[in-house]
Amino acid sequence: MSNKSVFFNPFSKNNPVIVQILGICSVLAVTAKLEPALVMGLSVITVLAFSNVIISLIRNTIPTNIRIIVQLVVVAGLVVIVSQLLEAYAYDVSKQLSVFIGLIITNCILMGRLEAFAMANRPWPSFLDGVGNGIGYAIILVIVGFFRELLGSGTLLGFQVVPECAYEAGYVNNGLMILPPMALIVVACIIWVHRSYNKDLQE
Amino acid sequence: MNKQSSVYTLLYIIVLVVVVGAALAFTSISLKERQQANADADKMRQILASVNISASNDDIIDMYEKYIVGTFVIDDLGARVAYAPEAFDINVASESKDAPEARLLPVYECRVDDGSIKYILPMYGAGLWGPIWGYVSVDADGSTIYGAYFAHQGETPGLGAEIEKQAFSGRFIGKHLLKDGAFYPVEVVKRGLAPRGSNDYVDGVSGGTITSKGVSAMIDNCLSPYSAFLKELASSNGQNNLENVE
Repeated sequence: MSNKSVFFNPFSKNNPVIVQILGICSVLAVTAKLEPALVMGLSVITVLAFSNVIISLIRNTIPTNIRIIVQLVVVAGLVVIVSQLLEAYAYDVSKQLSVFIGLIITNCILMGRLEAFAMANRPWPSFLDGVGNGIGYAIILVIVGFFRELLGSGTLLGFQVVPECAYEAGYVNNGLMILPPMALIVVACIIWVHRSYNKDLQE
Repeated sequence: MNKQSSVYTLLYIIVLVVVVGAALAFTSISLKERQQANADADKMRQILASVNISASNDDIIDMYEKYIVGTFVIDDLGARVAYAPEAFDINVASESKDAPEARLLPVYECRVDDGSIKYILPMYGAGLWGPIWGYVSVDADGSTIYGAYFAHQGETPGLGAEIEKQAFSGRFIGKHLLKDGAFYPVEVVKRGLAPRGSNDYVDGVSGGTITSKGVSAMIDNCLSPYSAFLKELASSNGQNNLENVE
């Protein structure tokens, strides 16, 4: 597989969320508003890229029977370091993310990429794979966050988008969009649209 | 060396844990000072937010020193505690779990732009997912709420998290804590309802019932010990007005 396809495949054809159906849990948790979705996307890209590189560097030394534990320790360490750095240099962002940053550890995409790619590839392709998959994940997060915030709160990134006159004319924000089930339904709609364009993905 | 042997595995995991542990310890120690400074600046920002002053993180220390003219620590009888730590350093989280008579109660004295003095009282409680906290500023009459600020750690965005919005905290402005010389905490109730007692109340956050109840309980728990102090303010208020006239 060429480096190019390693990087670009996860955007659409092999997207971690809508094709591999990984990381759904955090899609539910962080997409009620667009901003946490964006920051979460960026954090996952960072952690995924670095953990992929580290695991790829030490892949030949890891004993097979404890490889999952080793991966977990590396990911957990990185997540804590990222969260500490945010707290020191981007305090506002770290406050917004609060518990979500810890959720990165439980993101199945990370373990999936470490196990499936970084354990068997050199550092540079692993880095590209990490960034690519992180972006693939972030794209879906942002799309879901966009629709949920727009329809659920009438705002985008905190700015009022739905005009005041629409509310006076009887428009009401859809409170259901803020609740977790709608994240699943929005993801399902994205999968529907995506598969109807990519016939080869249909089972 | 056989990479699948138990000895190698054991050594490997020990080395890994030591390396990761050292990296974490190093990060923590080298960033601690900065994080503490950030946390302090953020606390100052929150305190000022309760008197409706918004400051950016850059000029926050100057703003804080300009507006906060004094701090002191009182007990539940309203008397000043002589040998108390600095009000700013008191851990409201742990104090709020003690019995009211055992608590150290910090008060921040703030002189706002029109020259009047406001008293800022800190609060700490529990929401749905984690802690919530806030600050309430009270007029010199000991009763009228001048402003409020609420924050949370991990309430649901769009639901419970709405308590940190001005739209919610603004509802407290002008509410009264004292009625006929008795203390009544402001309650947070479901929209359209009213509390059973004669307490002042504000509407809760729709979809954030448990968080709203948490705010209500926090106000009750954290402001009740201040009731002696507030009553004292109320009774000396007439005197203050005379002084102002002079």
